[in-house]
Amino acid sequence: MRVATIMSIVVVGSWLTVALLSPFVVGEVNAINLERLFSGPSSSAIFGFDDLGRDIGPRILRGATVSCTVAFFVVTISVVIGTTFGIFIAWYGGLVDLIGVRVMDVFLAFPGILLAIALAAVLGPGVENVLIALSIVSWVGFARLSRAQTLSIKHRDHVTVAQALGTPVFTICRRHILPLIVAPIIVEATFAIAAVIIAEAGLSFLGLGVQPPTPSWGAMIKEGTRYLLIAPHMALGPGLALFSIVIAINALGDRLRDSLQIKRGAFQN
Amino acid sequence: MGSLAAHRLVTAAIVLLGVSSITFFLLHLVPGDPVEVMLGESANIADRAQLRAELGLDAPLLQQWMTFHKGLLTFDFGSSLYSKKPIAAVLAERIPWTLILAVASLCIAILIAVPLGVLAALRPNTLWDSVAATVSLLGVSIPNFLLGPLLIIIFSIGLGWFPVSGTERITSIVLPALTLGASLAAILSRMIRASLLEVLSEEYIVSARARGLGALVVVGYHAMPNAALPILTILGLQLGALLGGAVITEMIFAWPGVGQLTIEAIQRRDYPLVQACVLVISFAYVAVNTLTDLVYARVDPRIRMQ
Repeated sequence: MRVATIMSIVVVGSWLTVALLSPFVVGEVNAINLERLFSGPSSSAIFGFDDLGRDIGPRILRGATVSCTVAFFVVTISVVIGTTFGIFIAWYGGLVDLIGVRVMDVFLAFPGILLAIALAAVLGPGVENVLIALSIVSWVGFARLSRAQTLSIKHRDHVTVAQALGTPVFTICRRHILPLIVAPIIVEATFAIAAVIIAEAGLSFLGLGVQPPTPSWGAMIKEGTRYLLIAPHMALGPGLALFSIVIAINALGDRLRDSLQIKRGAFQN
Repeated sequence: MGSLAAHRLVTAAIVLLGVSSITFFLLHLVPGDPVEVMLGESANIADRAQLRAELGLDAPLLQQWMTFHKGLLTFDFGSSLYSKKPIAAVLAERIPWTLILAVASLCIAILIAVPLGVLAALRPNTLWDSVAATVSLLGVSIPNFLLGPLLIIIFSIGLGWFPVSGTERITSIVLPALTLGASLAAILSRMIRASLLEVLSEEYIVSARARGLGALVVVGYHAMPNAALPILTILGLQLGALLGGAVITEMIFAWPGVGQLTIEAIQRRDYPLVQACVLVISFAYVAVNTLTDLVYARVDPRIRMQ
């Protein structure tokens, strides 16, 4: 294995551990200490203090929990709904497929995270609404991918045989189609995790995500950009955290795709 | 050709109808009473009733949907709840700014991606290739709300080359365009590399080289036009990410475009304006993609034959 791959695994693994443990290990993250207002990094607090005199370090660790939780749920929901939808319309074909493709086209017509922004705006802020908004945007990528994959294998002999033997449709999809399309879906899901982490931070950056005082990387970066002139360290810590996990996941995704010989997935937008 | 164009246009029309319907229903997703959310709890009953009637919320859903779409056909989006100005006029002020930003970002992305992608394709599996791959990995991994502040720290605060934000000077556009164009440049350079590599192994490239043509001529005249199709497709699709990303980038740099307007409208709970912004951005995206499809069907005979 290449050094870059090992490093990526270590980075992602560390963040996952932090995300799982920080709610139990990291104590109070909202303690206000007005004497330390805007103080820069020091040996006791390597990421410095923010505009309320809160220690940024522990807040970054707790922010990992928010990011990873959102990413986990959104990608899981999207994979289940998207894959089911994609296999279903490809299997039945004809009018079902035609309508299904139009539905996907409509969702894909909202550029980037615009629909998520609009949904989060009308639903109101909060973790649950972020989950809903991002899932509504993300499932389409998996639907498009699994539809294309299913179309390419549904006429293979083993599927025809299963059909001739009277195997129920559900069983055919689960046992004869799903295992063959799972590799590209895993690659797609890897990139989707990175994309969702960025999207969640983006919504929080716009003030539409997780609400204060709960620490979230996007919200912390937003606070940091307000005080860029006097305290640039405020955006630096959470920025590095976000960047490190996203680049590690993307590098792993690239590696995974290359080893599975899959062209870049449809989610990349 | 004619039927292809007709088919593409009909598809686009159906998609646009779906987009406008979803946007229409956004207002109905507001938890509780949207009128109360927009006016606040302290608003008196007469004001609420008036707004409800203005937005047509007391009519049956189907009739509301019809009114909404009738308005769209005549560019009548109603008026903004905050400024009371007609939404169409507000949008007309903002659209040119987003357009300028999008075009500038596209140019920057192409300027970065073409040399990077071509170099990587001409020297695959060398140091150049690794450098290009690393730059592109950095580009896709850095979100614009991180790159923007970073560029401000380095080039505005540190070096003082460009203004921090606003639109007063012509150089104001450089940092927002770079922020918005970075991820597009990254994806585009990968696409150019992959697409060129495929074409470069074709026989007509070998024969062009054998005729003694220089690398620049071979790549520019023989390889690039043939590799352009997948690159154009990606460019069209990625324009969506560009337009979506414009919302965040315009916020960072106080760029007075549709993206900033969207967020302002959200903060003021001016939902009709939010709907109009979402529609304009999405419609622009669909229009660009439809145009890309039609244009390269004209340009590339291989598509017309299919």
